[in-house]
Amino acid sequence: MDNREFLLRRLHSLLGIIPLGIFLTQHLIVNHFATQGVEAFNNASHFLANLPFVIFLEIFVIYLPIMYHAFYGVYIAFTSKHNPGHYSYLRNILFTAQRYTGVFLVVFIAWHVFETRFQVAIGNAAEADFNMMANILDNPWMFAFYVAGVLTATFHLANGLWSFLVTWGITQSEKAQRYTTYFTLVVFIVLSVIGIRALLAFV
Amino acid sequence: MGEAAKTVIFEIERRDSTDKESYFEKFELPYRANMNVISALMEIRRNPVNMEGKKTTPVNWDMNCLEEVCGACSMIINGKARQSCTALVDQLEQPIRLQPMKTFPVVRDLVVDRSRMFDSLKKVKAWVPIDGTHDLGEGPRMPERKRQWAYELSKCMTCGVCLEACPNVNDKSDFIGAAPLSQVRLMNAHPTGAMNRDERLNAIMGEGGLASCGNSQNCVESCPKGIPLTTSIAALNRETTVQMFRNFFGSDHAV
Repeated sequence: MDNREFLLRRLHSLLGIIPLGIFLTQHLIVNHFATQGVEAFNNASHFLANLPFVIFLEIFVIYLPIMYHAFYGVYIAFTSKHNPGHYSYLRNILFTAQRYTGVFLVVFIAWHVFETRFQVAIGNAAEADFNMMANILDNPWMFAFYVAGVLTATFHLANGLWSFLVTWGITQSEKAQRYTTYFTLVVFIVLSVIGIRALLAFV
Repeated sequence: MGEAAKTVIFEIERRDSTDKESYFEKFELPYRANMNVISALMEIRRNPVNMEGKKTTPVNWDMNCLEEVCGACSMIINGKARQSCTALVDQLEQPIRLQPMKTFPVVRDLVVDRSRMFDSLKKVKAWVPIDGTHDLGEGPRMPERKRQWAYELSKCMTCGVCLEACPNVNDKSDFIGAAPLSQVRLMNAHPTGAMNRDERLNAIMGEGGLASCGNSQNCVESCPKGIPLTTSIAALNRETTVQMFRNFFGSDHAV
């Protein structure tokens, strides 16, 4: 099929928002329970970890989409020649940032999953609870790494939402695209505040 | 007399032939009022002596109309792709650095081969087919306001600046770039051209087509004709979304 690339790119764009964008938003909101104390966070975490068919939910809503999005995204990132030096327009800078944050997120998310969900899976930890995160974030370097992870993730989602709307032809005119830029800026700020507040609650 | 004569310094990336390495050569020319990059290049051609005072080969470049409608004289001037005929020396920082648009194969010095753009226009069927074995008569009328709008898209001169500025047009990707995509929108807007709209949409849904756009929007910022290239791309994104479903499920509205 000669429109394979077209379909792969559209799938990449779609998966970034549905389900990954929705998952990230949900994840950050659930993390925010940490600001209400140890028990509130543990209850929320326990509820999610024991959803019915949780392993299928994880595989089809998270693991497979995120792996496709990550691997195809890395391919996309490395097939562009970045030129924000000579062409320092806002959209070009965001284009470059989208690719850099994407590559960073592959590393961050791999590490984050290894440190939390994977440890539970191999039996090194009973549950991904408040104490687990508090221990990780106790290290100031790790805390900085997680702050960077949250900010790059919220940026990548907000900016990805903007290009999702263009890629599917929802925002067409210059004005529509400009207003969406403002809207996605708000998305970035709101999600970042939620994410960082949760991180601060663990230390 | 008193003050020293004003001069202009050019730094030009040169290449003797397609298989040779490129090198920079500097030239210092007497300043003339209102000179542009092309008139400076003409001066170098008249007297090809570089800054060290050595006689050298004249610099090669492409030009034709000298009024920014043909697109032939595009090159990179102080880092940005644009036409050299409208690049006024008074508005440029010195030394003025001239480089070929290396997104395209460099033929010699500042001359590049833009054939790939014309091949892309063929690939996306950027024409209105009107030939038949008999007189087909007049086509449907085009509303005047739509004609005025379409005229803006028709200003494209295939100069290659949008491809040069695009981060996704490079030797690792076969992306055709913004110019031929916008031509698809122009041809599909034409009442007769619209009779083959699905063929063009399917063409840009192929390898190196619309999907390779990463929305850096350098094209629309760089276009010397001010063509709304990113609006064209987004509009085509919407049309190909619909076309994708039509292709898959079939449709009574194929055209």
